[in-house]
Amino acid sequence: MSFTIDKKVMKRRARRDMRFKMYSYTAIFMAGAFLVFFFADIIGTAASAFKQAELRVAVNYNEDAKEMGEYALDEDLSYLVSRGFTRLIPGKMRENRALIGTTIEKWVLADAEVDQYLKSKPNRLKKGERTLVDGLKAEGNARLAFNIGFFENGDSKLPEMAGIWAAAVGSMYVLMITLIFSFPLGVATAIYLEEFAPDNWLMQAIEVNINNLAAIPSILFGLLGLSIFINFLGVPRSSALAGGLTLSLMTLPVIIISTRAAILAIPDSIREGALALGATRWQVVITNVLPLSLPGILTGTIIGLARAIGETAPLMIIGMMAYIPEAPDGFTSAATVLPAQIYTWSSDSLRAFTERTSAAILVLLGVMLLMNGVAIFMRNKYEVKW
Amino acid sequence: MSKFMKLLVVALAITAFGAGMAQAREQVKIVGSSTVYPFSSYVAEELGATTKFKSPVVESTGSGGGHKLFLSGDGLNTPDITNSSRRMKVSEFEKNSANGNTEITEALIGYDGIAVAQNGGNDDFAITKDELAMAVAAMVPVGGRLVKNPYMTWNQINPKLPNRKILFYGPPTSSGTRDAFGEMVLGKFAKKHKDLYGPVSPKGKAKKYVSVRQDGVYVPSGENDNLIVQKLTKDKNAFGIFGYSFLEENSDRIKAAKIDGVAPKPDTIAGGDYPISRSLYFYIKKSHMDKVPGMKEYVELFMSERMIGPRGLLKRIGLVPLATELRKQMQKDVLSYKNLRLEDLKH
Repeated sequence: MSFTIDKKVMKRRARRDMRFKMYSYTAIFMAGAFLVFFFADIIGTAASAFKQAELRVAVNYNEDAKEMGEYALDEDLSYLVSRGFTRLIPGKMRENRALIGTTIEKWVLADAEVDQYLKSKPNRLKKGERTLVDGLKAEGNARLAFNIGFFENGDSKLPEMAGIWAAAVGSMYVLMITLIFSFPLGVATAIYLEEFAPDNWLMQAIEVNINNLAAIPSILFGLLGLSIFINFLGVPRSSALAGGLTLSLMTLPVIIISTRAAILAIPDSIREGALALGATRWQVVITNVLPLSLPGILTGTIIGLARAIGETAPLMIIGMMAYIPEAPDGFTSAATVLPAQIYTWSSDSLRAFTERTSAAILVLLGVMLLMNGVAIFMRNKYEVKW
Repeated sequence: MSKFMKLLVVALAITAFGAGMAQAREQVKIVGSSTVYPFSSYVAEELGATTKFKSPVVESTGSGGGHKLFLSGDGLNTPDITNSSRRMKVSEFEKNSANGNTEITEALIGYDGIAVAQNGGNDDFAITKDELAMAVAAMVPVGGRLVKNPYMTWNQINPKLPNRKILFYGPPTSSGTRDAFGEMVLGKFAKKHKDLYGPVSPKGKAKKYVSVRQDGVYVPSGENDNLIVQKLTKDKNAFGIFGYSFLEENSDRIKAAKIDGVAPKPDTIAGGDYPISRSLYFYIKKSHMDKVPGMKEYVELFMSERMIGPRGLLKRIGLVPLATELRKQMQKDVLSYKNLRLEDLKH
């Protein structure tokens, strides 16, 4: 017997192979192109947000300024300086009586319109004001400085004052609650299901339900959180506690599923070895199964939390999509989170918020990248191959 | 098991944090309209920055959502103030009374115009409100009966208008802006053609007239008005429907159509000459006044000339101030915490 090679068939196969490869390349290329476009767009818009216009002005703490902070400045200049600065003048004068009657020259925050003008972006400065700003710039009395306020301040209706600090702290609080509630519960559930649960219809029903929960739209968890935590238990609306508990519900299935997968990957020989040495099933879990599956569990937990930190929809329902300029000082005080902050800025009519929205997106992306990076690092470093 | 877990979460939550929860509140809680939200949060920020009080929490829930939270009772877990881009409904007032909110003060703070705007590079565009209704409504009268809207270009509605494709980007059904637009443009139009559209209840939602066409001419574009503005800069045929403050902020790249010969400007909106404008309100739960710190101060600050006056700070971010006489009257009524009565809402 001999083989005859049909060249036509071979060619066709090779072509098909080639085509398939091309499809894959195109898909990867397109995904890459979208990513590059997205990042270029975000970074391009965000870049200018890290600089902020400041003006050097003479602040004259006179009697009139006790009532209206604007009166401490030259009238023309008072329209160019941020209200975030001038509104604090009366308070400062009340606190420090020695200031009254003095004139101090210093760099102060400029109004958002001036900021946008100096960055050559659309703005609403009038002609006269533009010449004034140009003059200040020529004299070296106007500059673009590093925008430290963006990282130190909370939300503000004045774009030049708006920052992500309060939202970032809020996100931390929420994440902490989520971790505290979902991690022990999730791991305990997974251990029970994998190591102790009998194989009957009830357990199978639970399993199906857990897998289902991991896939349902997150907004439903918001509704659940609203009815259980806020309406039934009286957890304060808009609080980090309400947000964290709601996100725990969402993260729980993710943690359960990844923990089960990690436990399942441990070969039975380990359990049998321990049992043969006289360990109880409980001891097997504590001394062998849990430590060995920990890297997998932590990886799953971090990925679950990274999803939670970017979540907005359920938090809107429990009132965290709100104007909350102060960082929370406890789990029950009102808090907002980074994605909510991004959303509120993106729908503001003032265009100076556009660059800040992008900058906040960049920060959130950075945090998520960091979390996912840690997850991958842990998986690679500690994962045991059997 | 999953139910058990939830119970466990709940139990842990109670034990861990239950103690500190039922305390008195340390800040004002405000909910309601997304149109009033920027003004409300501006005042909240000013209060937080210039006084010893914590900044009030302002939530943007939409007018209807705000009223729903507000009327649910008078306990301290309900909001103190709700913002609204329309007047309180009679049904809402009745539910308030039934739930124990018998003393409410109404504050009218200014106006918001709804602009119909297009690309700034286009020729000026002027239409009547009826033409606008005929372009947007799902059903229009043709030859004495109602038919599915056949108009695809403006000159089909009125030969004097240009031969230009009709295309709208506007708010979705969930939006208060859409409600207001439907009521003021489509509702008024339907009233004129009562014989065809059937009776229109004063505030009712006779389906026939509030429905906007679904054939792709009106594109619901989400709650974010900035997105609509961006679409207008790219699509020269299109018109966008959104609040006046977005028009003002983007006046370098978009411009408004004149409606019935009037362009939306602060004085035409305040004077009622511009036909698509609405009043903005907030409602105060009086029983919370002496329990919530900063509430009185917030109301006083909001009603001050520095905020809602003709040269006030809120004007800078797009609020159209009330006429002087009405404003003075409003300031007097609100600061004496005049009770809102059912009769006030009925006319």
